[in-house]
Amino acid sequence: MLRVRNLRAGYGGVEVLKGVSLHVDAGEIVAIVGANGAGKSTLMAALAGLLRPQAGNVLFEGREIGGKPAHLVAARGCVLVPEGRQAFPDMSVRENLVLGGYLRARRGERTAVREDLGAMLGMFPILGRRLDQAAGTLSGGEQQMLAIARALMARPRLLMLDEPSLGLAPLVVKGIFATIVGLRKAGNTMLLVEQNARLALSVADRGYVMETGRILLSGPAEDLARNRDVQRAYLGKEYRRIDD
Amino acid sequence: MSMIYDEKYETMEREALSQVQLERLQTVLLRAERNVAFYRRAFGERGVRTDRITDLSGLADLPFTTRADLRDSYPYGMFAVPLRDIVRIQTTSGTTGRPVVVGYTRNDIRNWSLCMARILAAGGVSDQDVIQIAFTYGLSSGAFGFHYGAERLGASVIPASSVSVDRQIAVMKDFKTSVLACTPGLALAVASALPGSGIGRVDLALKTGFLGAEPWSEGLRRGLEERLGIAALDIYGLTEIVGPGVAGECPQRSGLHVNEDQFIAETVDPVTLRPVPPGVEGELVLTTIAKEGFPLIRYRTGDLTTIDASPCACGRTTARMKRVTDRLDDMITLGDVKLFPSQVEEALLAVQGVEPHYQIVVDRVAGMDVLEIRVEVSETLPGLDEMRVLQRIEDTAAGRIEAAVGLRPKVTLVEPRGLERATAGKRRPVIDRRER
Repeated sequence: MLRVRNLRAGYGGVEVLKGVSLHVDAGEIVAIVGANGAGKSTLMAALAGLLRPQAGNVLFEGREIGGKPAHLVAARGCVLVPEGRQAFPDMSVRENLVLGGYLRARRGERTAVREDLGAMLGMFPILGRRLDQAAGTLSGGEQQMLAIARALMARPRLLMLDEPSLGLAPLVVKGIFATIVGLRKAGNTMLLVEQNARLALSVADRGYVMETGRILLSGPAEDLARNRDVQRAYLGKEYRRIDD
Repeated sequence: MSMIYDEKYETMEREALSQVQLERLQTVLLRAERNVAFYRRAFGERGVRTDRITDLSGLADLPFTTRADLRDSYPYGMFAVPLRDIVRIQTTSGTTGRPVVVGYTRNDIRNWSLCMARILAAGGVSDQDVIQIAFTYGLSSGAFGFHYGAERLGASVIPASSVSVDRQIAVMKDFKTSVLACTPGLALAVASALPGSGIGRVDLALKTGFLGAEPWSEGLRRGLEERLGIAALDIYGLTEIVGPGVAGECPQRSGLHVNEDQFIAETVDPVTLRPVPPGVEGELVLTTIAKEGFPLIRYRTGDLTTIDASPCACGRTTARMKRVTDRLDDMITLGDVKLFPSQVEEALLAVQGVEPHYQIVVDRVAGMDVLEIRVEVSETLPGLDEMRVLQRIEDTAAGRIEAAVGLRPKVTLVEPRGLERATAGKRRPVIDRRER
């Protein structure tokens, strides 16, 4: 579904992504794990069209989306749930959700969008209880659910989740990840960027380990979780010598 | 019945496979550069920037790794992870110098099992089978690859290493072995010992043999299949790369399917070292793209083959390598004649009255290279003691070999079982007495 080759991107002359290649097949959860500063969020921004790549290819369902603006990428069905949720704080939960289906509504799918709104409230009952509340008054976990629900309102082909666990209490994170597993069972394809590697790899099919803008390791999520380098990386330790 | 064990990677579209190969190649280059001093230096010397390898053709810009490089790194110099992450150590035989030491992480062992499970399943092995593994369980890797693959498929494993040929046959009969994994040399020893053992082919449940670890000819395959009543399939691998598990035959027998999601296979001209086009014979060069403990970039195997990436009738899309019948190391040069043991083997298989148990002796007499072939006569030969008969066999054999290699050897007949038998180890059919 998504095929990325040799992607390079950065900010103000500083190259952050130094040739990233990865792919996501339909129906998979693919996790990108790595330490803070590895380039995970830059990768998401480049894939979502928020950052113009300097080189490389991003093929989404066979068509090049690298360098296309965010709204066109989203219109193709490649939808980002950004880091830090970024709901519109002054708008109500309902308005935020409706906004997620905006492009579809404009395409004349109003009825379907209305039905999906109902489905979202079924999936996230807490949002139903907060429908007319301003999004800014929701808790962090509720805002994350809103952000995911808003993205789902666009009926994405690929859902890209950037750090969904960031800043949330463990119990809330558990709920978010249960939602992700549920979405996969319902046939959704997801690319998941997470600092919490253990958690991400526990729900993913495959994974990539990023380090300083490049992919260091890839493989089945269970293999990566077992890799001692990965385990150590998240303890913040470095072992270089053979007798370490 | 044979099945495709791992549909996803064995039947992947070539385009998708090349994406997987590129992704994994890029990661292994990064890990090799970071963690293996040899590669950091080799890339540096050639001015290779690993982040500029943007497609598979970029492989051609990377330096080769040779067996000498691996020996120089003895024992742990090429490991890409700390020793505490290594769960297994195997070595090459080291008969011609320091052995090469290979380390496997837990994931490496899992991938090895997966590769062998695919190959065994392609040859029809399932949980219904009893597999007798007659490779040596020891420092060299052969037995373990089969062991892991067979266990993964749920077959019943008999680890039958380091026992006599007679004992192998007894186990085979009593335990109803259906699959035999061993060297062609041992399979031949079993076939030769069977008539005198009181155990007939019909007393055995044997249906398939997976033979490898040394080159063997098509003629020997036909002979073994007939004498043991089996399908004899070829497998390919080498300890430096993983052990058995690099490639194996499917029932189509149109080459060995390479586990291409784990290994990238190239063929290069052994002299110029430039890649040769598909279908042209060259030296096989392998790059491990999934290994953690002991990744190798462009390892020169010394084996001659051709690669065919066209789809196979079995449904697999992985490229096939032609059976390796010759190793560059085994090439014998006499004056301007070059020959391989496989040519002698093929020629002898066509001679009535001899067994394919043979030895090639090269010597220098009065400044001239001479070639002698020692070969066992068949026990069943009538008129074994008649000089005339023996003379005629020698002449026929010498003529056949001359036709094959362009040089008439001296043929010496040896009595049945007169030559050393291979057990689990490899045959060493060439004795070179010339001073080097």
